[in-house]
Amino acid sequence: MKIAKFLAAALLGLSMAGAAHADEKKWTKINIATEGAFRPWNYTNADGSLGGFEVDLYKDLCARMKVECTMTAQPFDSLIPALNAGKFDAIIAGMSATPKREQVISFSVPYGTTGQTFATLKDSDLAKMPDKGEVFSLATNEAGAAAEVEKLKPLLKGKVIGVQTASIAETWLNKYLKDTVEIREYKTTEEHDLDLLAGRIDLTIASMAYLSTAAAKPGNEDMVVVGPRFQGGMLGRGSSVGMRKGDTELKAMFDKAIGEAQADGTIKKLSAKYFGFDVTPR
Amino acid sequence: MDFAFLYETLLTILPGVPLTLKLAVGSALLGLVLALILALMRLSGVKPLEWVARLYVFVLRGTPLLVQIFLIYYGLGQFPAVRHSLLWPFLREPVWCAVLALTLNTAAYGSEIIRGGLLSIPGGQIEAARACGMSRFLLFRRIVLPLAIRQALPAYGNEFISMVKATSLASIITLMEITGLAAKLISETYRAIEVFIVAGAIYLAINFVLTRIILFAEYRLTPHLRERPGGVPSIDDRLDPAAAAAEGLPGGKVH
Amino acid sequence: MNRPGFIELMGFGEHGWGATMLHAALITLAVAICGFLVGAVIGVFAAWAKVQGGPVLRRIADAYTTVLRGIPDLLVIYLFYFGGSSVLSTLGHLFGQSGFIGIPGFLAGALAVGVASGAHHTEVFRGAYAAVPKGEIEAAMAIGMSRPLRFRRIIAPLTLRTAIPALGNVWQLVLKESALVSVTGVVELLRQAQIGSGSTRQPFDFFLAAGILYLVISTISGWIMSRAERHYSRGMRRA
Repeated sequence: MKIAKFLAAALLGLSMAGAAHADEKKWTKINIATEGAFRPWNYTNADGSLGGFEVDLYKDLCARMKVECTMTAQPFDSLIPALNAGKFDAIIAGMSATPKREQVISFSVPYGTTGQTFATLKDSDLAKMPDKGEVFSLATNEAGAAAEVEKLKPLLKGKVIGVQTASIAETWLNKYLKDTVEIREYKTTEEHDLDLLAGRIDLTIASMAYLSTAAAKPGNEDMVVVGPRFQGGMLGRGSSVGMRKGDTELKAMFDKAIGEAQADGTIKKLSAKYFGFDVTPR
Repeated sequence: MDFAFLYETLLTILPGVPLTLKLAVGSALLGLVLALILALMRLSGVKPLEWVARLYVFVLRGTPLLVQIFLIYYGLGQFPAVRHSLLWPFLREPVWCAVLALTLNTAAYGSEIIRGGLLSIPGGQIEAARACGMSRFLLFRRIVLPLAIRQALPAYGNEFISMVKATSLASIITLMEITGLAAKLISETYRAIEVFIVAGAIYLAINFVLTRIILFAEYRLTPHLRERPGGVPSIDDRLDPAAAAAEGLPGGKVH
Repeated sequence: MNRPGFIELMGFGEHGWGATMLHAALITLAVAICGFLVGAVIGVFAAWAKVQGGPVLRRIADAYTTVLRGIPDLLVIYLFYFGGSSVLSTLGHLFGQSGFIGIPGFLAGALAVGVASGAHHTEVFRGAYAAVPKGEIEAAMAIGMSRPLRFRRIIAPLTLRTAIPALGNVWQLVLKESALVSVTGVVELLRQAQIGSGSTRQPFDFFLAAGILYLVISTISGWIMSRAERHYSRGMRRA
């Protein structure tokens, strides 16, 4: 009988997974999760320490909120389950606030936006993809963005595109280009870069910020950023702090701190240091 | 429990079954051939061949399969020489990398099983065949191999099952077989337990069928251990299994 | 571009990853040891259930070994990692605890490896118990030893002694299985190699180094196991 009870409890757990059980508590210590493999947002140094835009940013934000913070690295696709399972209190991992993700967790206001774009090899026929750097917003000009995709389709037909599993780029690809290209999913963006350089795939899609830094890294001389940039709508409002639903007090704290960091130019300063262009959300 | 979701999960994961089977069957068969070659090298009596086979088994059994997969998939791609070689059209495809890694891995384990099978052949059988004037090749084909297969089959059956389980690692190099689809679904729905139940049930079903096939093959290969029609016991049946084992007869255990 | 060579890359210089990789190897060892111990505890109980348990316990133990031998360990790890915390949290609620009970990746990994290897442990212990000569047990009963005493003085030592070689094999299996824990983000040897190859674009060097370290660990531990086997089989007749 005890076993039956245990099983019942375990099964009950299924329906409860992901639900929020926040207690009203005073935040003095916040455990933050990041990926540690998503340059320049966050990365792991040779000595195992974390570095990147978000590592500097979280320290700044935590100082503003007057709380003690720790940051640990986790695989990207486990971040949301781990957050909801209570392993962490916040995600700062270049994660965009998307409608789909907002069904399971809540987000702060964005602290950075860069849009999604493509990368290929220098000598590939895709290197001459049109409209490089042009921005198409799914939020304000969905028709324009869809027309742009139609324009790209003949060029992309039959190509193999690498993308990170459970990323917004993957959702976007599956909606707009599923029947045109072959999609290969990777656990990390660095793995699809390795495969792009090895010639296993023709193209990768990821955030502009990630790709432009990746292409600038030693060893990646053959990689070039190409094509238009897509953002907004299903691609999200921009990178935001992810929190459990119900931790409203924590969200208010982060919103306020991000607002301040944006207003006094801290975000602009940090993005110049890590990205080479301004990622401050507008 | 949410049966609608379980059903949906089943429909999402089932398309991964053919790939899992292809990987398992392909690498099991190729691995069997390589395993036989390695076992013969080990027993050839030629020192260099013996060392190569020993080193191979030592390295492949001493490292995790996942490391071997990464080394073949990402590691080899690092070298321009490999990328410009004739092998690249194969190594370029994740499927072939997975088959290659699984084959190399299972061959190491398989060769030890086959070696055990070959060593278990009673000297008397070989002497008898020689006395009949069989050539080396004929002796190998008619006497040694069938006896070794019969002896090695139960252990090799377990190796086949491990192989089916090992195909799950192919999901790490972008292949969407059962585990790949399951992992994707978990990261989309965050409902690990339901997805696990469905994916686990599919693997159990595959391995159940596989076990039956192996048992059937074992049954067919050991007619001398079965009861004779009419209840006349065969010679081997009258032997005490322990005594049979002590004498080195292949049929030590009675099924 | 000028790539650093293998020795330089894995060295202990300013840009060397040697120390990081060695540290990761220690984590691998820790995951494997914890997993092995968890598996051994499960194995003892499940073997006991199979040998001495009632019909219900025996059926549960049988189901456990059958299921775990039929499904990939990678799936078990995903289950523990993604599913474990939510189950624990819910159980916590039943006992009046509020809030989350999280499992760190390390614990989830070690538990998953333990549960997966427990099936092997079970068969090892069951086989070893079956090999204990009945005469020894009867002799112990005859001189009036109580059940616990019999277990402690006679059955446990004899079972363990027979089990050591097979336990050595299970240990090697667990060591290799621990590499799968890398998918949960525990920075053990394989995950560290992945991180390194992502950052340096030299995957071959990193996975080669990881492979060598695994070989070193398995060789040394294999040697220790065979020493232990020799030590504990003193006085046993060689078959």
